Amino acid sequence: MIALEKRPEPSRAFSYLTPVLAVIATFFFGGLLFAALGKDPVTSILTIFWEPLFGEFSFYYRPQLLIKGAPLVLIAIGLSLGFKAGIWNIGAEGQYIMGALFGAGAGLAFYPSENVLIFPFMVLAGAFGGWLWAMIPAFLKVKFGTNEILVSLMLVYVAEQFLASMSLGLLKNPEGFGFPGSRNLQQYASAHNAEIIAGSGMHWGVVAALIAVIFAYVLLARHRLGFAVRVTGEAPRAARFAGVNPNRLILFCLGTSGLLAGLAGLFEVSGPAGQVSIDFNVGYGFTAIIVAFLGRLHPIGIVLAGLLMALTYIGGDIAQSQLGLPAAAIQVFQGMLLFFLLALDMFTNYRLRFGRSEAA
Amino acid sequence: MKITTLLASAAVALGLATSAFADGHEKTKVGFVYVGPVGDGGWTYEHNKGRLAVEEAFGDAVETVFVENVAEGPDSERVMTQMALDGADLIFTTSFGYMDPTINIAKKFPKVKFEHATGYKRAENVSTYSARFYEGRAIQGHIAGSMTKSNIIGYIGSFPIPEVIRGINSAYIHAKKVNPDVQFKIVWAYTWFDPAKEADAAKVLIEQGADVVLQHTDSTAPQAAAQEAGNVITFGQASDMGQYAPLPRVSSIIDDWAPYYIARTKAVMDGTWESVDTWDGIGAGMVGIGEISDAVPADVKAEALAMKDAIASGEYHPFTGPLKKQDGSDWLADGEVADDGTLAGMSFYVEGIEGDIPN
Repeated sequence: MIALEKRPEPSRAFSYLTPVLAVIATFFFGGLLFAALGKDPVTSILTIFWEPLFGEFSFYYRPQLLIKGAPLVLIAIGLSLGFKAGIWNIGAEGQYIMGALFGAGAGLAFYPSENVLIFPFMVLAGAFGGWLWAMIPAFLKVKFGTNEILVSLMLVYVAEQFLASMSLGLLKNPEGFGFPGSRNLQQYASAHNAEIIAGSGMHWGVVAALIAVIFAYVLLARHRLGFAVRVTGEAPRAARFAGVNPNRLILFCLGTSGLLAGLAGLFEVSGPAGQVSIDFNVGYGFTAIIVAFLGRLHPIGIVLAGLLMALTYIGGDIAQSQLGLPAAAIQVFQGMLLFFLLALDMFTNYRLRFGRSEAA
Repeated sequence: MKITTLLASAAVALGLATSAFADGHEKTKVGFVYVGPVGDGGWTYEHNKGRLAVEEAFGDAVETVFVENVAEGPDSERVMTQMALDGADLIFTTSFGYMDPTINIAKKFPKVKFEHATGYKRAENVSTYSARFYEGRAIQGHIAGSMTKSNIIGYIGSFPIPEVIRGINSAYIHAKKVNPDVQFKIVWAYTWFDPAKEADAAKVLIEQGADVVLQHTDSTAPQAAAQEAGNVITFGQASDMGQYAPLPRVSSIIDDWAPYYIARTKAVMDGTWESVDTWDGIGAGMVGIGEISDAVPADVKAEALAMKDAIASGEYHPFTGPLKKQDGSDWLADGEVADDGTLAGMSFYVEGIEGDIPN
């Protein structure tokens, strides 16, 4: 008989091992899936994971990893602080949208004048937009004890309506022949978040993501506030005795994650995406939740997880076009990775016992 | 220094990649970028049928590739670049939101030809193409105006953009012509494809007394809602939606991209491809009218088919004066025909439609 037994201490070895095991299990079962679709499993997996990194055109795909990964990492870092403390911001997608709207709006207000201060002002506006949107669930939770999961999630849909309204109304390109969407910020030098070195994929959003990672690492490892975050998540009562003010922590965690999500939106709209449009948001705010957990809520882990997710997106598109794999198969493949991670994660806290179970 | 070497090798590789096309590999490679899944039953489904028609027409002489569910913005740029790097000679980008990305990538690959659907930005190696769906809307309007008993026609709009507003105006003008009492109720769904929202919109319109529901969204959900309610007629959108015939679906507008895709692929093979702006309608076969079912009275059907022939031959233009704008100001004098520029950017209702265009 096989039984599960709780480990007295979470296994450190397993917490490092599970991501690796999950990737191996995904290769195996994903390979079976691709084989069932009539594709060579080894070629399929190599196309997804090898081609973007070391294939013939990797000089193009490697920078794309940064472009795709940066918003994921930036948002996930913010979310991880709250998740560690048991504060669940599910609405980063909405904060991302509001950051983009505030930032793009701030820039377009000055069109067509050129000034080096416009972009920094947009960055501030974008951060403020995201922060403001996250402050709504934070304030309601502190004041009335509402559930931040529901409020932050619902506000995503409100933000999407704002986005549609802005694309069709206030921010609509006056020279766009009545089509929805703002002016393209890539063609407005002062507001363009251009690559710092052409062709490298390094735009200011990548820099901001790296700064956020370092900031989060230092905060969690060295700062009193980081201690408060960790202890609140692990032992809320102890945190109270240690003098942690739960309300201030809620405001801090939601505010920071909103601010970073807003920044991600601003850097995206002013750089890779270029314009505010109805379909501007493509789910970074939700995918970042996965990235945060895949990275074990650890800053370095999040960087790796963000790059891994970006890799599966980029490689997945290559596999679609080169091998004719359907988009749905790629999504199942991505889903498998998360499924196996969560399933295997159990072994961090539990272990298998073979033989007769002992009487409790 | 490392980065400079990297960039240098990138530039060399890009150069190699682009020059590879010039020396004529045997197969012509055609790429398609889709905004939805190929099984959406509407917009993307029809573009994919066009792709399959290209394969059928040229057999071993072509190779087609596609990527579905591609988000507008940087993801679409990456997919286009990837197709170009993999040696595509011609790339069709099939959503309005791919406009700026297509222009950006076309600049980087001057030897690859690009074709962008429904946009207005062109370049030496970027053509645009779209269909005159409003021609089909005129026929719908005629049938709808003739058949409504409640005199209320419901219209599910996607987004208030010129394309959709043109369709509303065209349908209204022709419904009004046969039925002066007709009234349009318009619901904006703010989506191209969302079965749940579309079904809700259809139900709301039916509850408000509409016995005809026109849709500018791509799913069959409004058809199902109309079937359930009974005594409501609908028209298939983008695809024939023939599974709902003869009732509620009495006819349809079908996007038929196959002739265009075949012609453009042929042009690339022959080396005669040039950047053009194509806006074809019923005449060129880009807009098809699905079979008019027996639920439509024979005389109405005959009139509708006559109108179709007149539009196809160029004898009749759906926007022919006298027409006034919603605010009562003059638009087209008697016998005057709307020019393509005004139609392309249409942002006003014609006289008689109630309500405002949201913005």
